Amino acid sequence: MNKPLVFLGWGVVAVLGAIAVGTVALHRGEPINALWLVIAAACCYSLGYRFYSGFIANKILGLDSLRATPAERLENGRDFLVTNKWVVFGHHFAAIAGPGPLVGPVLAAQFGYLPGTMWVLAGAVFAGCVQDFVILLFSVRRDGKSLTEMAKDEIGRVGGFVAYVAVISILIILLGVAALIVVNALKASPWGTFTIAMTMPIAVLMGVYLRRIRPGKVLEVSALGFVLVMAAIWGGQYVSQHEALARAFTFSAPALAILIMVYGFAASALPVWLLLAPRDYLSTFVKLGTIALLAVGIVVLHPTLHMPALTRFVDGTGPVFAGKIFPFAFITIACGAISGFHALISSGTTPKLIARETQTRMVGYGAMMAESAVAVMAIIAACVMQPGIYFAINSPAGVVGQAPATAAATISSWGFPVTAADMQALAHAVGEQTLYNRTGGAPAFAVGMAHIFSHSLGGETLMALWYHFAIMFEALFILTILDAGTRVARFMVQDALGHIYKPLGRTSWYPSILATSALIVGAWGYFLWQGVKDPLGGINSLWPLFGISNQLLATVALCVATTIIIKMHRAKYAAVTLVPLMWLVAVTFTASWHKMFDPDPRVGFLAQARALAAGPTSGATVRLIFNNRLDAAVTGVLVVMVTLVLAESLRQWLGILSGAREVRMKESPFVRTRFVEERG
Amino acid sequence: MKKFFDDVLTRAKKFYSTLLATLREIFDEAAYARFLNRAGMVSSSESYAAFRREFEEAKMRRPKCC
Repeated sequence: MNKPLVFLGWGVVAVLGAIAVGTVALHRGEPINALWLVIAAACCYSLGYRFYSGFIANKILGLDSLRATPAERLENGRDFLVTNKWVVFGHHFAAIAGPGPLVGPVLAAQFGYLPGTMWVLAGAVFAGCVQDFVILLFSVRRDGKSLTEMAKDEIGRVGGFVAYVAVISILIILLGVAALIVVNALKASPWGTFTIAMTMPIAVLMGVYLRRIRPGKVLEVSALGFVLVMAAIWGGQYVSQHEALARAFTFSAPALAILIMVYGFAASALPVWLLLAPRDYLSTFVKLGTIALLAVGIVVLHPTLHMPALTRFVDGTGPVFAGKIFPFAFITIACGAISGFHALISSGTTPKLIARETQTRMVGYGAMMAESAVAVMAIIAACVMQPGIYFAINSPAGVVGQAPATAAATISSWGFPVTAADMQALAHAVGEQTLYNRTGGAPAFAVGMAHIFSHSLGGETLMALWYHFAIMFEALFILTILDAGTRVARFMVQDALGHIYKPLGRTSWYPSILATSALIVGAWGYFLWQGVKDPLGGINSLWPLFGISNQLLATVALCVATTIIIKMHRAKYAAVTLVPLMWLVAVTFTASWHKMFDPDPRVGFLAQARALAAGPTSGATVRLIFNNRLDAAVTGVLVVMVTLVLAESLRQWLGILSGAREVRMKESPFVRTRFVEERG
Repeated sequence: MKKFFDDVLTRAKKFYSTLLATLREIFDEAAYARFLNRAGMVSSSESYAAFRREFEEAKMRRPKCC
């Protein structure tokens, strides 16, 4: 295409993007249409991909299409495999997209739509996509090594150890908070619980079909499973209306928590692939389908956002979670802007499938952009609701009160009018008894999604079905993450214990499987139980803890990336990873300080422990005091460990830049690709 | 005009085949096909069980993001 035309085309995208971002940022008073967010996101991603990732690829990383990748050199038909770039893209996106980009933005919507949208766009383009891209490339150049191995090789033993501990910690906190989201979505909801319970016999049926009737036809059986799940959602309304059945499927939060822990243990310790593998497929099928459907729904309906750009809660007094916009908006939204966990995927399966180095840009940078787009959709879903309804769903009883009239009056007094009758009508429309105090983000997202779907397909009569479809979609893939995460953490602990006593490292030795499964489930189960019993709803303390640990892992990943860039003699360009690194250090360390030492008991763990200790003593108070001190200690340990990695990295950088330290990079030697002729 | 429609048809076919290949990879159908090819087996209840045994441990070690 001729140059002036290309220049003109990108000029139009830039102007349109500037207008859209300007409208989103500066519009006040009247509600704004969601399409402005969609246009702003599309333009930012296009420009970021075309220019910023191009600059990183050409000027810093020097992507070389002649260099053979591990998929080619080490091809074994299993882990290492030359794969079509779009297939790798889809595979990578399916692995990085979880509940994070849906839940985080919904929670952060308490500040208004503006902070979340700006952080998601800027964070993804300048930090998250960059992290995923460079870590993927560096892993490709190191035979597909993991982040912990690269941290050990490039920074030192401290880096490797801290990365390992950070991964385990994140997994445990993530699993605890994910389980809490499911509990809060399903408590006292016979319809939702019935639907999720039905996915188990459906999955077993799929397993039998896969094993006996049509071996290996996963897509076919997933489509069949999807039809059955839709039938279960349809049937759920009759269960919720039948007195005896509704009673049988109505569980309190503690009862659900125990059931989920038993499920997690069984999934990790028992050979139950007949249930788990088909459920995993079903969950992926539903996840990809729903994300696509939501994107279409938003474009077709282009709803109006009723949430203001900024709410009064930027001052830190928010009911969903306490804390000021800085730093809490930036740790609440991790996936969608930048997530350390992605570095594990970028240095896991994906680098072993990449056919040529130049594809790391599209897969690493591009897939993260797609995940960021999912986060924008979540912001839209949360902000299409009337703010009063959003706060009624997401505020814990400890903040707004137990009784509907009290809660509605409290929320209305904040300037977000809502009545008990509005909430009752909404609960009735979605087939629930009540929607108050449904903390965790999932029910609010489900209401927003049901609103979008029902207005673009089926009308108000299908609102209840869409709501329970959304709840099923979220709960299903959170449960999949629970069982997969418990197994991954169990393997990691077994690998480590194997260095102490060899049989403990054997993944087939049952005493070791039982002990390590119990250890992992006990650890995340403790956080889950703590959340269930927390009068502030659990999310207030657990989600920030998860955000902090996830962003601290991103800090480790960016330390590795910066170290390698400096070792590549590209120090003058190190700002591309150093600036996001400095931002994350500022955000995570400030957030950690607040969570540990802030004098406000709603924010600081220790202040809350002190406030509880000053009040009347009971068994429950003693446990709450201990939990707060434990959360403060966990935060402190994570911060100290990441400080060690930072110090070790800084020592490396200064040594290399001053010439005092020899540059030792553990890159695989250059091998010319045998596909060179094909590539022309 | 015919050239235009041929071009659209070719692109649509390519898109469909890439989408199908992506879904087959995500849903492990492609991995099963590679397993059958490598082991010189035909698809059956037994070969699928053997594939799951080999594949399960590797898959279990893959983290899924939050």
